[in-house]
Amino acid sequence: MPPSEVAGQTGKAPRVGLFATCLVDLFRPQTGFAAAKLIEAAGARVEVPERQTCCGQPAYNSGDRADAAAIARQVVAAFEGFDYVVVPSGSCAATISRHYPALLADDPSYAHRARALAEKTFELTAFLYDVMGMREVKASFSGAVTYHDSCSGLRELTVRKQPRALLASVDGLTLKEMKDADVCCGFGGAFCVKYPDVSNAIVAKKVAAIEDSRAETLLAGDIGCLMNMAGKLKREGKNVKARHVAEVLADMGDEPAIGEGQ
Amino acid sequence: MSLSITSPAFKENAALALADVDLQQALTHVERGFIEKRRKAAEALPEFEALRDEARAIKEHTLAHLDLYLEAFEAKAQHAGAEVHFAETAEDARQAVLAICRRAKARTVTKGKSMISEEIGLNDFLEENDIAPVETDLGEYIIQLRGEPPSHIIAPAVHVTRNQVEQEFRRAHAGLDPERDLSEPVSLLAEARAALREKFLAADIGITGANFLIAETGSSVIVTNEGNGDLTQILPRVHIVLASIEKLVPTLEDVSTLLRVLARSATGQDMSVYTTFSTGPRRPGDPDGPEETHIVILDNGRAEMLAGELREMLRCIRCGACMNHCPVYHAIGGHAYGATYVGPMGAVLAPALFGLEKTANLPNASTFCGRCEAVCPVRIPLPKLMRHWREREYERHLKPAAERGGLKFWAFLAKRPGLYRLATRLGLAALSRFGRQDSYASLPFAGGWTRHRDLPAPAAKSFLDQWKASR
Ligand code: SF4
Repeated sequence: MPPSEVAGQTGKAPRVGLFATCLVDLFRPQTGFAAAKLIEAAGARVEVPERQTCCGQPAYNSGDRADAAAIARQVVAAFEGFDYVVVPSGSCAATISRHYPALLADDPSYAHRARALAEKTFELTAFLYDVMGMREVKASFSGAVTYHDSCSGLRELTVRKQPRALLASVDGLTLKEMKDADVCCGFGGAFCVKYPDVSNAIVAKKVAAIEDSRAETLLAGDIGCLMNMAGKLKREGKNVKARHVAEVLADMGDEPAIGEGQ
Repeated sequence: MSLSITSPAFKENAALALADVDLQQALTHVERGFIEKRRKAAEALPEFEALRDEARAIKEHTLAHLDLYLEAFEAKAQHAGAEVHFAETAEDARQAVLAICRRAKARTVTKGKSMISEEIGLNDFLEENDIAPVETDLGEYIIQLRGEPPSHIIAPAVHVTRNQVEQEFRRAHAGLDPERDLSEPVSLLAEARAALREKFLAADIGITGANFLIAETGSSVIVTNEGNGDLTQILPRVHIVLASIEKLVPTLEDVSTLLRVLARSATGQDMSVYTTFSTGPRRPGDPDGPEETHIVILDNGRAEMLAGELREMLRCIRCGACMNHCPVYHAIGGHAYGATYVGPMGAVLAPALFGLEKTANLPNASTFCGRCEAVCPVRIPLPKLMRHWREREYERHLKPAAERGGLKFWAFLAKRPGLYRLATRLGLAALSRFGRQDSYASLPFAGGWTRHRDLPAPAAKSFLDQWKASR
C-alpha cells in the first residue's frame, strides 16, 4: 500500500517496526542505524521493539521446527501492531514473509496473524523503493562499488533493481557489476561451518569475481553473506572493503568497514 | 548385494573432490556450458514459463491418479504384446531382470542409459550372475571402463576430462593404433562406436531406461543424443525397459509438452537428437524390433513418497538443471554425494530411496540458495523438501549431540528476549576482554568458520542497547 494511503488513513506517517536481525544486533549495529535513518528519510516513523532476538532461521533450517515456530510466534506478537515491518536482510525478511505463514499454518491462534504480518514485512531496499516510492537518497560515496545479490532476497523476494536504483542516486558512486552477482556466496547459515571446505570453494569463486570487478567496495543486503565474503577477502589479503548497502545509502559509508573495527 | 552408499563420508569425499585437479577442470564445463545453454533456450521461447506451469500440472494430475494410469498403461502395453512387471523393491527388479535373462539364455546385454539400473545396482548384479552388461551410451561406456558410478544424471561422465577418456580407451581397446588421433570429442565417439559395434550385434538382450511411459498407448519413450538407445532396443531379440512409477504420463500430447521443457532445461536443445517411442515387440510385417518386450516398473519407496510432503519430488523429469545450477555441485561434482542421485534432486530423493540414516549429509549440504528451484522445469521446491529431511533428521535424533545441544541452547535464549539481551550483553563484554580485535583469524569453537576465513569481530555493544541509549 502506498504511503499516501496509510498517511491518509491515520493522518500520520506510517509506523515501522525495525526488525534488526540477530547479526546486525551483535555484529553490525551501524547497519541498524543506517536502516533507521533511511526509513525516516523515506517519511516513516521507526521503532525498534525490544522483544526481538532472531527470526528463527537457525532452528528452521536445522530441522528444529518446534523452536522455529515458537520464535515465529514471538516475532508475530512483537511486530503485528506496526504498519510495516522492515528488515535489513533479504533472508530474514523472506523467513517472516514467505515462511512464517507455512510454519504457523496449523496454529489456530497464529495462522491468520502470521499471514497478516507476512503481508506487511519487507526487505529494507524493497520497502524504500516499492512501498515508500523513494527514488533517490542524499548520500555521497567516492569510488567504485560492486553489489552481490544475496540469494533469499533475490529469489524469494525479487530484490534486484531496488538497491541498484537507489545506489545510482548516490553522489560520486559508480557501480561495477561483478560476474555472477546472483550466484550464492557459500554462506548458507550453519552450512558454512558444517561444510567449511565446500563453503570455502564457493566463497573463493565469489572473491575472485569481486576482485575481477575492480571495485574497491563490496555491498550487499545481508550481513551473514557480507561477513562470509569480508572474512574471505581479509584472509586472502584483498584490499576490498565490505559494507551493508544501507550504510552507503544512509551516507554512513565513511565509518569502518566490516571487520575493520567499529 | 546392495548398492554402496558413501554419503556418510560426504565431507571426506568432498575434500578429495576439491583437491582433484582433473575433476575441477572437468566441472568448469557444467558451470559454464549447461547454464548458458539453458538460459539461451529459455529466452528464445516466449512461452517457456507457461510451459513449465503446464508441465508441472501434467505431472501433478498424473500423480493424483497414478493408480489408474498405471493400470491403463499395463493394459495397453499388454495389448501391444509387452509384458509388464511391477517391482516393489530394488531386489524385486533385479530378480525380474535376471529371470528374463535366464529364460533368454542371455550372456551379453547391451544397455542404454538408465538411472534406474544405477539405482538398483544392476550391472554388478548381472556380472555376479555371469551376464556381461555393456553400456552403449558414450558417457556410461566411459564410466563402465573406469569402474565408476555416474556423477550426473544426464551426463554420467561429466567429471572425466577428454584426456582421461583418451587414456582409458588406449588402455582398454586392444588393437587401437597408437598413432590414431583422439584429440577431438568426435574422434573419441567414433572410437567408442567402433568398439561397440560388435557388441550390439552379439547382445542377446537390450536394456534401456524410459523418460516417459504413456498410459494412452502403452508406449515407453527415450531421448538420447547418440542414437545408441535405438540400437540397444532394436537389435537384440529381447528388450527390457527399466522404469519407475513416476515416469507415467497420460497422453502423447502430454509427452510432447514435457519433451519441450525437458531438452531445453537439460542441454538447451529444442529437442534431443533422438526421441524414440516403442510400443510392444515387433508385429508381423514390422521391418525390425525385438521379439519380446518387458517393462519393469519399480516402486522402491516411491509409493510412500506419493502420500506425503515428498510427493512433489515425483514430478521430476530428470533433466539435471538443478545440479547444473548448484554451487555445491559445481564445487565437488556428483561422486561426493555417494548415493546414485546427485545435486539438489539427489539430496531429496536419496534419503527416500536409501534411508535417511545413511544419507543425512545430502539435504544438509545445501546453502538453500534456491537456484535449483528457480530453474526446475516442473517447479519442485527443492530447498523446502531438503528442509523436510532436516526436520526428520532432527525428530529422529540423528544429528550429532553437540550440534543438537548447541542449537537447543541457542533456541532457549532466542525464545526469551530478556534473557537473550542479558546473555548477549555478557557475551559481547567477555569477547571484548578476550582481546579486542577487528577480526579474528582463529577463535575457540569457531574453527568451522576460521579455517578458511577471518571472523569479523562482534560489536562491543549490541544494536538494541545502543539504540535504546541513543533515544
Ligand atoms: S528436480 Fe527439477 S531440475 Fe532437478 S532433475 Fe528433476 S526436473 Fe530437473
